[in-house]
Amino acid sequence: MSPSETTPTDTNATDATNGQSAYVGRRMRRKEDPPLLTGKGRYTDDMVVPGMLYAAIVRSTEAHARIASIDTSRAAEAPGVHGVFTAEDLDLAAGMPMAWVPPGVEVKTPEHWPLARGEVKHVGQGVAVVFGEDKYATVDAAGLVEVAYETLPVVVDPEAALTDGSPLVHEEFGTNKTHEWGLGSEDMDVAWEEADVVLERRIVNHRTAGAPIEPRACIADYRAGYLTLWTTTQIPHLTRSFLAGSMQMSEDHIRVVAPDVGGAFGVKLNHYPEEAIACAASRKLGRPIKWTETRSEHMATTIHGRDQIDYVKMGVKRDGTITGIHINVIADLGAYYLLLTPFIPCFTAFVAGGCYKIPRVRTDITGVFTNKFPTDATRGAGRPEATHLLEVMVDQAAAELGISPIEIRRRNFIPKEDFPATVAVGIVYDSGDYHGSLDKLLSKIDLDAFERDRAELQKQGIYRGIGFSTYMEICGLAPSRIVGPGGVGIQAGFWESALVRVHPSGSVTVYTGTSPHGQGLDTSLAQIVADRLGTSPEVVEVMHGDTNTGPYGMGTYGSRSLSVGGEAVARAAQKVQDKAKAIVAHVLEAAPEDIEVTGDRFSVRGSPGKGMALSEISGAAYIPENLPDGMEPGLEETTFYDPTNFVYPFGAHACVVDVDAETGRIDVSRYVAVDDCGPAINPLLIEGQVHGGIVHALGQALYERIHYDENGQLVTGTFLEYCIPSAADVPSFETDRTETKSPSNSLGVKGIGEAGTIAASGAVVNAVVDALRPLGVTFINMPLNSMHVWETIQEARS
Amino acid sequence: MADVRVSLEINGTTYEREVEPRLLLIHFLRDHLGLTGAHVGCDTSNCGACTVHLDGAAVKACTVLAVQADGARVTTIEGLGSTGDLHPIQEAFWEHHGLQCGYCTPGMIMAAADLLERNPDPSEHEVRDALSGNLCRCTGYHNIVKAVLAAARAPHDGDATPPESPGDPTLPVMGVGA
Repeated sequence: MSPSETTPTDTNATDATNGQSAYVGRRMRRKEDPPLLTGKGRYTDDMVVPGMLYAAIVRSTEAHARIASIDTSRAAEAPGVHGVFTAEDLDLAAGMPMAWVPPGVEVKTPEHWPLARGEVKHVGQGVAVVFGEDKYATVDAAGLVEVAYETLPVVVDPEAALTDGSPLVHEEFGTNKTHEWGLGSEDMDVAWEEADVVLERRIVNHRTAGAPIEPRACIADYRAGYLTLWTTTQIPHLTRSFLAGSMQMSEDHIRVVAPDVGGAFGVKLNHYPEEAIACAASRKLGRPIKWTETRSEHMATTIHGRDQIDYVKMGVKRDGTITGIHINVIADLGAYYLLLTPFIPCFTAFVAGGCYKIPRVRTDITGVFTNKFPTDATRGAGRPEATHLLEVMVDQAAAELGISPIEIRRRNFIPKEDFPATVAVGIVYDSGDYHGSLDKLLSKIDLDAFERDRAELQKQGIYRGIGFSTYMEICGLAPSRIVGPGGVGIQAGFWESALVRVHPSGSVTVYTGTSPHGQGLDTSLAQIVADRLGTSPEVVEVMHGDTNTGPYGMGTYGSRSLSVGGEAVARAAQKVQDKAKAIVAHVLEAAPEDIEVTGDRFSVRGSPGKGMALSEISGAAYIPENLPDGMEPGLEETTFYDPTNFVYPFGAHACVVDVDAETGRIDVSRYVAVDDCGPAINPLLIEGQVHGGIVHALGQALYERIHYDENGQLVTGTFLEYCIPSAADVPSFETDRTETKSPSNSLGVKGIGEAGTIAASGAVVNAVVDALRPLGVTFINMPLNSMHVWETIQEARS
Repeated sequence: MADVRVSLEINGTTYEREVEPRLLLIHFLRDHLGLTGAHVGCDTSNCGACTVHLDGAAVKACTVLAVQADGARVTTIEGLGSTGDLHPIQEAFWEHHGLQCGYCTPGMIMAAADLLERNPDPSEHEVRDALSGNLCRCTGYHNIVKAVLAAARAPHDGDATPPESPGDPTLPVMGVGA
């Protein structure tokens, strides 16, 4: 493997080290697709382990009850059944983890065990579990477990739960209030004094489900003191740490694998009871245990999102200037906590000022127990709630003042020259160009034509409206000092790891501590590495999701996998590049600073044709006959990267709706989005994230709602009642981007996985109000199903 | 109830098995034959992740009993195309980023194949209508619809510039441990 002296041939490739890219920025189709396209993906439920038993969980039919008795005898005798467990049969040292301990704030935290102990507090709570050889027979046997309940009073309305005399979810606390937490300005009175108009609205951000199409599943295999868990998770490494605690095992004896994961949207950012049950049972029964969630179980026992009642007060001057905003959040947390349940509403507080220069911003949160399943992180996690209420309020203020929704936004935007911008809640927005994205959005919309069409349609009884949402969000979780134990209070660090390994042949394997599940990171990370190492993404394999390979990692959530995980990969690749340059300089007898990556070679600046390919460099590194003195052989580097700030994506969205006033039916006829997530690594993937994110929010705005009746029974327990949008319900999208670099990382990138969801619901609601204003409608809460819209029209008319 | 003998031709191979009368075709494919390409995403026949072709027409394999399919010819995603020889719809999904997590993808592709068999030149509206029984939570459907329309045009329309590929179709699934 001696260096050859040939001229680089890839004319596309320029000097990646000087900021020009061979692969970064290209619309490249995904490396991960071929198996997924051909039915060769491997999801957790696809796998079979020899000797495996199936688990079927007996779940509470009551929302609140004492368990008088559980008779497992008939189930235990059923054919093929190897065990029936109740809570006391699980040898676990800890219940389900909750990771938020805010300094100075008491959060009432109930014990939460994988199976109910004595009482059930929501429908679907696990009471017993049956393990059997045959999938169908095991479910049959679960039906033979007899549970006698003594029902207790139920509370489902969070505001009722806060009143004196309400039934208590946890008697021992003497209240349903979980905690109070606030962030922002202390002198809101000044904001109201400075305002000409003060508006107050009650904005409901109802409970939703993440509802990935793959339900949860896991297989636990405990053998000879070692435990392997395959599970549908976004956080394999953290799951291993939790199991080390609950199973009282040494962490090195546990392996957690996230195989292909079929979507997650935050709801797989958790450690669930079924994972703990499967692991404990596998150890006790000496058999691998498989559990696969049904969709009905998913709707009842996989975390829900949102569920805030937001009392919003906004002060504005006559010219539209916002003087302040205060939000009282009533956060319905459900009956127990999962990993971050009480923390999630805090995100609302961080972005409560949005992209506006508002001198006073404050959020006060009251958490509430109800007899429902816990809420937790779902795509956007607290930020969709903030953007929604803020964008709705801005439109409400515009209408009140007789200013156009576009003009009021422009008058309040934080100007481009103010960045980095310290805002009222005390955080520093990294970069932004809010006027730029709104201007680009408006360049795509002919408002005169819109008005002409609107007038024509109204003659046919169709009311057309347009709504805007100009958003910013905070993602790239997270600077550990800000969100960690001494900061906001999450008991973890939020850095990310990367290992870049060049093999002797010159091909590359990258290990990332993120755990992607549809985002396309295999491709985008390979593009980043290929540029830095003068190779092709085809020969850069990206590994993730297995605690036995690569360093500890924090997982995929909070739109962090590129801005934190990708930055870690870029830094590890840079270290490899630095070593490779030193080797090339030594072998070719040149100065290290004269070595540059040009296309598929490491070349000597000023000496055309003189250089080495990566495979030649790796050859020199692994057969170390001619390395610089003191240099270690091999060619791989590891990085742990902890960001110093979040990243702050932003953009402007517009939604056009047609409302049939006679039926209340809404048709989203056009949706235009301009987003800014910094320089694109792969525009194709960004567009995909934006499309999906928008539809997630359209679903919430229009149809989706997790609904419990007054008895705590889940009314929307399947996809029959919980309606996620189909292809026939949504339009194609018009998307575009602006590119404003983030100074927070060397790639300049910001997250894009949640942005569409954060932006869209406000645009939809504003469009519907705009459409129905001629009928007297001035305000409406989600979800905008036909009945609700029709009723709102009737009320306005009467 | 006693098991029942069934014989099905699946992706060109004939399988004979004794099955419970209540066994769903999707579980027969996945659990008895190891054909895990078709997925299960709901309990109510809403999501379409289990879509396969039964005697040439798309069905949701969660609404068909294995015994009902006795004697039938079944095509699953595994029988449509392989990594080295993708079906035009698979190719179009790849080129137009019509998938993210991939879980709905096999069902979506089988439903799309059924549509294009019946209607080789559908409008966007017809594509959306035909796929309304298949739910996707990742893509927002935009690129799925684009891919199906492109696949419909594929044999006689080469003007679209597909994205570049960094991928080797033979690369293994990553992240899957033994």
